[in-house]
Amino acid sequence: MIHAYRNNGYHIVLDVNSGAVHVVDELSFTLIPRIETFLEERFGTAARKEGETGPEDLAAAIVPALYPDLKEEARRAAQAEGESDPQAFFAEAVREILTLRENGELYTDDPYREYATAFKKRQTVVKALCLNVAHACNLACRYCFAGEGEYHGDRALMSAETGKAALDFLIENSGKRRNLEVDFFGGEPLLNFDVVKEIVRYGRSLEEAHDKHFRFTITTNGTLLNDEILDFVNREMDNIVLSIDGRKEINDRMRPRRAGDASVYDEIVPKYLQVAASRGGEKYFVRGTFTRENLDFCEDVKHLADLGFTQISVEPVVAEPEDPWAIREEDIPALCAEYDKLAKLYLDYRKKGKGFHFFHFNIDLEGGPCVAKRLSGCGTGCEYLGVTPWGDLYPCHQFVGNEKFIMGNVRDGITRQDIREEFLASNVYTRDACRQCFARYYCSGGCAANAWNFNGDINTVYREGCDLQRKRIECAIMIRAALAEQETEEEE
Amino acid sequence: MKKHIKTLNTRNLQESLKKGGCGECQTSCQSACKTSCTVGNQSCEQLKK
Repeated sequence: MIHAYRNNGYHIVLDVNSGAVHVVDELSFTLIPRIETFLEERFGTAARKEGETGPEDLAAAIVPALYPDLKEEARRAAQAEGESDPQAFFAEAVREILTLRENGELYTDDPYREYATAFKKRQTVVKALCLNVAHACNLACRYCFAGEGEYHGDRALMSAETGKAALDFLIENSGKRRNLEVDFFGGEPLLNFDVVKEIVRYGRSLEEAHDKHFRFTITTNGTLLNDEILDFVNREMDNIVLSIDGRKEINDRMRPRRAGDASVYDEIVPKYLQVAASRGGEKYFVRGTFTRENLDFCEDVKHLADLGFTQISVEPVVAEPEDPWAIREEDIPALCAEYDKLAKLYLDYRKKGKGFHFFHFNIDLEGGPCVAKRLSGCGTGCEYLGVTPWGDLYPCHQFVGNEKFIMGNVRDGITRQDIREEFLASNVYTRDACRQCFARYYCSGGCAANAWNFNGDINTVYREGCDLQRKRIECAIMIRAALAEQETEEEE
Repeated sequence: MKKHIKTLNTRNLQESLKKGGCGECQTSCQSACKTSCTVGNQSCEQLKK
């Protein structure tokens, strides 16, 4: 399976199953799908078969078959390159394409389906917990999926005992996995900061004896940050996620206080700049949510970059369809155009020496995850669990509050193996919509919580989310192509 | 030297089938995204070493 698209003047062809990315000229961009059709018609598949003759023989069949139809395209392309013989130029492109096929970088088959079946039966361990240390919040963000921090239930803070029991549960269920992740989440976790400290201290005391390493992270709205908390966070936390939506008017409209109307933006921005500087500009994210009230979210990312932040994540809202700020199907074209705009801004700022990272563009083509990870996804319900203040286990933080998903408790362990197994079995092959989607090994089938919220079935997809995900992936890969081109130019 | 096509350096996914699956990598929802699963932008712990 291939995916060919144009973006920012680049012609890009992805070979989905091998992960290869090709930046091609206009002529090859036209030729690659044509050759795929030719091969499928002749051999039943475009994939290379064992024992097949080399690319030269195939080229000798393809050139006369396709050239007559593409003569004009070949002439134009050859002329643009100062080549005098369009047919020779055309044949050269065909040979290059067939060489990629020969090398297993184009038209490759999907070899993972059987692997995925075996994968469903694999033993997994728990390696990450999201600890909801506070089902309470001092803000009342309008779009909060957690019901303004209380997860549609009672206001509650986690006790240190429950937090410690959660770490014991994690160690017991983590097998040989050394790196264990624990995110302090809420509500607002800093409303329960003393307990956060105690849980971290307890975790550190367990590391040596169990040969484990905890990677603690925290997600905060920033209002309660002070020097003492920051010192602790900088000593102990691998990452801190700082919530802010961007421009002042956007942030303060969607993220008001529960009491009082003083600007949240004015309070948090100086604190966030201090956090970023104190961490050497790394291991933090300013993270925002965009809604249909700021479809021009590129302006918010730009605003955050202009403030001096270099680690930025801004994501689409997860909302009920009837919420006025929910993303609607009709918003998708505007949002896709906004991602294109953002990708250009990203490259432009980088060129000007004020580059920033945008989380969803941080695609790692060379050092990215193995297929096992790409098939298993985020690990919800198996490797990753959400924990409520009273210790109940959920598949992830986004399922918290939906009691049919309670999987057990940190003290008793997982008692609903059926829920675990349902999540374990879910992957890109159990979602019909993923079969024909080029993005499946980048998103791994998408967010199960979104699928559940929109369709009542984790083995489905949230279509609007998929449209945006595909666009982000296209932009992220275009950025890699542009950066590779810049590197080549600099070398020359 | 290819004239029409430039191939970016990527990890060959089919090769990763042979040696992957150690599971030490970060859980995707634990980084910055708490609402949209993105696995492709995670890094492999084995390749980081």
